[in-house]
Amino acid sequence: MKILLMGNPNVGKSVVFSRLTGVHVIASNYPGTTVGYTQGFMKLGEETAEVVDVPGTYTLEPTSKAEEIALKMLSTGDIVINVVDATNLERNLNLTLQLLEKGIPVIVALNMWDDVGHRGIHINLSQLEELLGVPVIPTVAVTGQGIKKLVERIPRASSPKFPPRSRDERWVTIGNIIEQVQQVTHRHHTWLERLEDASVKPLTGGFIALVVLVGTFFVVRFIGESLIGYVLDPLFDTLWTPVILQLSSLLGGSGFLHSTLIGNIANGEVNYVESFGLLTTGLYVPFAMVLPYIFAFYLILGLLEDIGYLPRLAILMDTIMHRLGLHGYAIIPTLLGLGCNVPAVLATRILESKRERFIAATLISIAVPCAALQAMVFGLVGERGIQYVAIVYGTLFVVWIILGFILNRMVKGFSPELLIEIPPYRLPLWRTVLLKLWMRVYGFLKEAIPIILAAVLVINILYTLGVFDAIANFTAPIVTGLLGLPKEAVVALVIGFLRKDVAIGMLAPLGLSAGQLVVGSVVLAMFFPCIATFVVLLRELGVTGMLKAAAIMVTTALVVGGVLNLIL
Amino acid sequence: MPNGKLVTLRQMQSGQSGKVVQIQGGFGLVNRLSALGIRPGKRITKVSSMLMRGPVTIQAGNTQVALGFGMANKIIVELD
Repeated sequence: MKILLMGNPNVGKSVVFSRLTGVHVIASNYPGTTVGYTQGFMKLGEETAEVVDVPGTYTLEPTSKAEEIALKMLSTGDIVINVVDATNLERNLNLTLQLLEKGIPVIVALNMWDDVGHRGIHINLSQLEELLGVPVIPTVAVTGQGIKKLVERIPRASSPKFPPRSRDERWVTIGNIIEQVQQVTHRHHTWLERLEDASVKPLTGGFIALVVLVGTFFVVRFIGESLIGYVLDPLFDTLWTPVILQLSSLLGGSGFLHSTLIGNIANGEVNYVESFGLLTTGLYVPFAMVLPYIFAFYLILGLLEDIGYLPRLAILMDTIMHRLGLHGYAIIPTLLGLGCNVPAVLATRILESKRERFIAATLISIAVPCAALQAMVFGLVGERGIQYVAIVYGTLFVVWIILGFILNRMVKGFSPELLIEIPPYRLPLWRTVLLKLWMRVYGFLKEAIPIILAAVLVINILYTLGVFDAIANFTAPIVTGLLGLPKEAVVALVIGFLRKDVAIGMLAPLGLSAGQLVVGSVVLAMFFPCIATFVVLLRELGVTGMLKAAAIMVTTALVVGGVLNLIL
Repeated sequence: MPNGKLVTLRQMQSGQSGKVVQIQGGFGLVNRLSALGIRPGKRITKVSSMLMRGPVTIQAGNTQVALGFGMANKIIVELD
């Protein structure tokens, strides 16, 4: 049996899904968090049922790619659990009625039931059940309230076979239902609602956005640096260095195995950044340089997501984003890209047109540096002075704006206007914020560490074989002539296809000037996506789209790198 | 006959309320707006509008919706 979880965007389907299946998925407080679908399994009596978390949809007449996916899923299901936001009953019933007209058995989970009281709403449950002809179970998915009852009633899901209605007839029917089951009493604005309004007014909203963005930057940096300086560096120095030194002398201090596992050791000191051994750089880069920033970034992003701030930022950014051929909501994939470009490219599905998705995905993969890359820029470029870090960020930002401006002119078609639902502010629950943080950190560890280790291994093997010398000589005119980098820097560009963090690390032993380091970092950020991003880009844009995007990437990177080389 | 003054959503002042009387758009726009609770007969309150032809935010029932300047120009509201 296949059970579909369907409902309007941002009603809590993903949280219900986690409750039913025990499979944790990323849930946030903004419409469009789920853009693909996730499957899980649950026990239903003796049987095991498949549960699918379907992207949110307002109607069964799709208006975006995420909604198209939802509609396609519908024909494959046996039962629909229709998750309904109890505080927006009227609007949500539009989808409910359309589902009932399809003749598929439905059970309604009336979610956010705890919020109904605060908002002065009273709903007559038994009457709603009677009018719809399907079971209606009040739930509070974030706390688990009502979930057990929902599971018990799943077998009673029914299909009352509503006659197909026209859109207007449907709204009349909904109006009648609402009149009979819902009463709303007046109440005063809470402080959260005042803050909601202030966040979308030009003056106060701009101020709040500035505080949030600048605050995020400094808090992430503070947490990241503190973790490195007070926890991870001391751990490596006191616990790991003695082990490495011991092992080094066991291996005789040189040879292929020594250089692969440990790398170069000078004067009894381990240089974790430059030695390039599996057990030194291979572990230090992911754990002590990148992980602290991943942790810090996703902690703050998770808080902003769950509070419900991101759609408000979309409103404020809308006018600017239109200049780039996008609308304000594209700021959400862009922000996700500052963590990792892979979920960011996937999140471009919340945009309506193919044109917007192409522009957004291309801009993200060129000008939005992921947390791993940023961590390395802080670590290596930051040593030479914070002004150089600022040049890296400033350049990428200017490229983002100018390239967006050009793409808006060049790519055919037009971009639709913004039309989004703004979720209420909610106080985040620590449990859910930390769970989401853990999922993302674990995802990083699971996906990045094997690739980082593989990259370090490949580097060692290719060095031993002398392959890099051949490449370096071949590309010297571009790397040295155009970018002003030593010819060996091309190795970093090649490795950049595997992981950007390791690639930036490879610039460390080259003895670059601060200016060269800036050029190298910027070119690495823009030149080509890492393999994981490449795969999703290929899937989302298709082969032709990917080829176009790749051509734009290489060209932009060389032009910008060349210009920086001339200036610095 | 409507009693209040008819204006577009764009012309409304922040804080003003009124009843939607008409949406001058194609099927697609009417469909998307109605799914968000914006359709003739519904009461809405304008919360804010951004500068430089930026989006307009309104309150419709318990939902806040942000919509583009051009869309706001197509929604006719009878002021209270």
